[in-house]
Amino acid sequence: MPNKKLKRVDIIFSEDCVYKDVLAESLKKSNEDILKDILDSGLRGRGGAGFPTGLKWKFASQETGEEKYVVCNADEGEPGTFKDREILTRVPLKVFGGMAICAKVIGAKHGYIYLRGEYKFLKTDLEKALEEFHSFVKELGFDFQIHILMGSGAYICGEESALFESMEGKRGEPRNKPPYPTISGFRNKPTVINNVETLVYSFMICRIGAGKFHELGTADSRGSKVFSISGDTPIAGIYELELGMLLEDFVEEFGDGDTKAVQVGGAAGFCVPRKKFKDTIIGFEGVPTGGSMMLFNSSRSMYNVLKNYVEFFEEESCGQCTPCRVGCQQLKKGIEAIKKGEKSAHYLDTLQKLADTMKVSSKCGLGQSVANSFSSIVDNFREEMIY
Amino acid sequence: MANTVKLNIDGIDVSIDAGKTVLDAAKKLNIHIPTLCYHEDLCVAGNCRVCVVEQEGVKNLVASCAMPAQDGMVIHTNTHKVRNARRHVVELLLSEHNADCTKCYKNTRCELQDLAGEMVINEHMFLDLVPDKNYTIDMLSPAIIKDDSKCIRCQRCVRTCQELQHVSALGVAYKGEHMKISTFFEHSMYDVVCTNCGQCVIRCPTGALIEKNYLDDVWDAIYDEDKHVVVQTAPATRIALGEDLGMEAGSIVTGKMAAALRRLGFDSVLDTDFTADLTIMEEGTELLTRLKRALVDKDPTVKLPMTTSCSPGWIKFIEHMYPEYLENVSTCKSPQQMFGALAKTYYAQKKGIDPSKIVSVSIMPCTAKKFEANRPEMRDSGFQDVDMGLTTRELAVMIKQAGINFKELPDEKFDNLMGESSGAGVIFGATGGVMEAALRTVYEIVTGREVPFENLKITPVRGMEGVKEAAVKIENVLPAWSFLEGVELKTVVAHGLTNADKVMQAVKNGTADWHFIEIMACPGGCLGGGGQPIPTTPEIRKKRAEAIYREDEGMAIRKSHENPEIQQIYKEFLGEPLSDKSHWLLHTHYNARKRV
Amino acid sequence: MPEIKELVKGLADKHGRNRESLLPILQGIVTEERFISDVAMAEVAKELDMSAALVYGTATFYSFLDTEPRGKYVIRLCKTITCDMKGKKQILKTIEDLLKIKVGETSKDKNFTLLETNCLGWCHKGPAMLINDQVFTELDEDKVTEIIDDYIRNI
Repeated sequence: MPNKKLKRVDIIFSEDCVYKDVLAESLKKSNEDILKDILDSGLRGRGGAGFPTGLKWKFASQETGEEKYVVCNADEGEPGTFKDREILTRVPLKVFGGMAICAKVIGAKHGYIYLRGEYKFLKTDLEKALEEFHSFVKELGFDFQIHILMGSGAYICGEESALFESMEGKRGEPRNKPPYPTISGFRNKPTVINNVETLVYSFMICRIGAGKFHELGTADSRGSKVFSISGDTPIAGIYELELGMLLEDFVEEFGDGDTKAVQVGGAAGFCVPRKKFKDTIIGFEGVPTGGSMMLFNSSRSMYNVLKNYVEFFEEESCGQCTPCRVGCQQLKKGIEAIKKGEKSAHYLDTLQKLADTMKVSSKCGLGQSVANSFSSIVDNFREEMIY
Repeated sequence: MANTVKLNIDGIDVSIDAGKTVLDAAKKLNIHIPTLCYHEDLCVAGNCRVCVVEQEGVKNLVASCAMPAQDGMVIHTNTHKVRNARRHVVELLLSEHNADCTKCYKNTRCELQDLAGEMVINEHMFLDLVPDKNYTIDMLSPAIIKDDSKCIRCQRCVRTCQELQHVSALGVAYKGEHMKISTFFEHSMYDVVCTNCGQCVIRCPTGALIEKNYLDDVWDAIYDEDKHVVVQTAPATRIALGEDLGMEAGSIVTGKMAAALRRLGFDSVLDTDFTADLTIMEEGTELLTRLKRALVDKDPTVKLPMTTSCSPGWIKFIEHMYPEYLENVSTCKSPQQMFGALAKTYYAQKKGIDPSKIVSVSIMPCTAKKFEANRPEMRDSGFQDVDMGLTTRELAVMIKQAGINFKELPDEKFDNLMGESSGAGVIFGATGGVMEAALRTVYEIVTGREVPFENLKITPVRGMEGVKEAAVKIENVLPAWSFLEGVELKTVVAHGLTNADKVMQAVKNGTADWHFIEIMACPGGCLGGGGQPIPTTPEIRKKRAEAIYREDEGMAIRKSHENPEIQQIYKEFLGEPLSDKSHWLLHTHYNARKRV
Repeated sequence: MPEIKELVKGLADKHGRNRESLLPILQGIVTEERFISDVAMAEVAKELDMSAALVYGTATFYSFLDTEPRGKYVIRLCKTITCDMKGKKQILKTIEDLLKIKVGETSKDKNFTLLETNCLGWCHKGPAMLINDQVFTELDEDKVTEIIDDYIRNI
């Protein structure tokens, strides 16, 4: 499988971009041209699931009806992820710009930013930036308003349909799918919901052109992405990197020389042990990530890591569907029982099967992804679970 | 868009209307897919995940109840992956569930138990989570027990309370491992907006929501030789009881029920239908009185429209939700409570029995009747008027406990004195029935003629439509009722409290000009009551309704005022409708309550 | 409780009286009162003409919509693995010792509540905590002591 060398890029936070020019020019383009750019760029959603952004926009644009919405998912809650906070802090106008361009394409007059409660301190600055933005779109004669809605501490609200429920004043419980948001989203109207980073990339594709973006990355993972790097690393922080690098190169750049595992994609992602670094591509053809990269060195107990993750899911599951609600409790209590010697090591196999069931039968992505970290940690660090 | 879609399930092609689900399509092929959170009366939740199936080309399993059937789908309902997942789901539910089945009221009548049985679960795969759960049991309400340790969080109750009843006394609280079904601040069901309708009880797949049973109390009374135990049976019991005793839905078992009650040892087997007829006399007269005060006396204090008062779920609903309209509610007690008050007065006198020795038992299709019997204002006889209210289901249990072969019982009659009834009393059990019974009598009182519908069937108020309006033009009246000449009597009938709410909203907004409103708390009326056999589905409700109207047509007397025992009680005891004695024993008042 | 009534009414006037207004109203109550009491919730249900049980169910879903009395300052210490690896346990102990309360408790003077919370989004600068809406990162024993002392002085 072809991979890319690790390369730092500077698109998202680049200072050279005058957001007003890009927005003004983009709003003059035809919807078809914009859609073509976004599709040609190969941009896929940066929240983790990786649905092609251009297709989302296209589907929503094809829906009839006056009332449509653009929603910016700023409910960044995946453990180990903090890139959206950084983006919203440093380049909020580009986020709004991406929303405006999407609104033009699909025909929406209102956009919403669903900001997680943990980032409430950002709200005042965002509102200030919004004032500037609103007066500018008014100048352009473009009818579009962005509103900020606050979350209140619920990881599951990052799931798009749960987020709509929350916006509607309800418990953030994921809906059955289909129908998908582009047909029935916020207020059951056609809605494009994109991650903060996706919206900025959309905006920047309008700036740099689909080709420039497409040149970066690999066949399945075009472009670059913002990584949140934490754990046992001397240089934790936010880095924009070209997609498709080998984990080995990543560890060489960011590790502390003693990295034994990297958790790619947060608690909902996969744990890659040292022996697999050289075969693991970071991207949709290998191990995808919404940006979270947690490094662990040999002093760390992977049992503690796993327990921390399953505890997290046990609390943050919305609780409505059986596999996720009860499965998370069983996984947590199960590994504890094995560690204490109350259950034999064979019980790990039962739990692995349970995790598989959660993956295939849970109602939403939360329950479906618990197995990612569970299975990859148990598979690779089985002895640490037992002794 | 095509109106039908074609898919393939387990190798068989099937066509089904667009908009239907994979589960519907499987049903059409007689392929059974287990379900728990799914219920025909409710919107789809898709949260228990026991109905998952495999769809070719899709990595994860799909919930068949929530997945729309689509053209070209290829579905497998019985693969290794599906079986594993379903088994895991049931195992997980059991690990959170107090599976002490032999001590459970729903033992042998539990959907979770059935599924566990089907899967032959002999030992538990996962850890028992129950000891760490701090589950609570709420037994404070005289009607409904909520036992969280039995709850599988399918949310049927929550959807019932919200969608069908517009009450939402129950909601989902907390998330993750702590997620639970809860009232406001986890107060007792007794202290919240709950109407005791029991619609949650008939939809709960397990023993998490059950009626409070009074089986032992009734047996004790029966065995107590010092006590004279009278029993009354509500209209809707006789067309549903058979379902719990091995008979088809829609079987009329009036005679067998009387025979069974006698064999159980009740001293007198009587009929709530009698007081249903009495209700018509009192309520009909009350309506005419209110109309006269409004039309002739131009009395601004008279409250119209008048609503019925026989459904205790409705009464509790309006007390909580529309307390400003309590004076619009007929002051008539429900037939159960009229019966109770008369059993310890009129009946006691006539039979020469000390009323303190009378135990008054009712068999009701209802859980709210238990609450009603315990209302402090329902003691006008000087005693608690109705001592124990049982559901249809509880009676079925007693019959089984007594070893009675119900199906083979002969038909017997009710005892005399409060045992005679008319077809008008019987139809109280169906939505629109009280209205129809009232119109049969009121129209005839006013005009001297039978109501102008073929064979007394007032079809506009029949059927399962949620809100039914009917108007009857009153012409050529008797001289005493000249003020009603030419008046078009406007009525409306609603069943299910969500429909009741629609009607009350119209009253509140002033967009309605009805004179008389019939409301039954339960979908379909009492025949779909919270005390009826489980399951109750749209199909079963339809069959029960047909049975009720068959029973009416088979009765010799079809109008309440022609019931000879009714004529007798007015002559010998009450005097006339709305007399002082009637007011003392048969009428009541209501209390405004908070909506929490 | 006339003040609660006024507060809820004011919030409803500001945010509207439909279901979508529920979260902003509940958030507004928490900002003012630090928690949502049963009285406040019943008042919200009344203003929005909705079931009180549904208000309760919605409030209890969200970790930041506290339904138990909280102190004037609510400390939420991140418990995600990355903060844990950087010494969160010691920070927790330091705060517990300073305020003489355990996780989940509120100080006797009702000034502080100590809670743990899931990822705050400061994994590169752990351990991190929120005090009400304000973030503090890269905590060590000295730093957290200074911060808490500061709050105590300014009460």
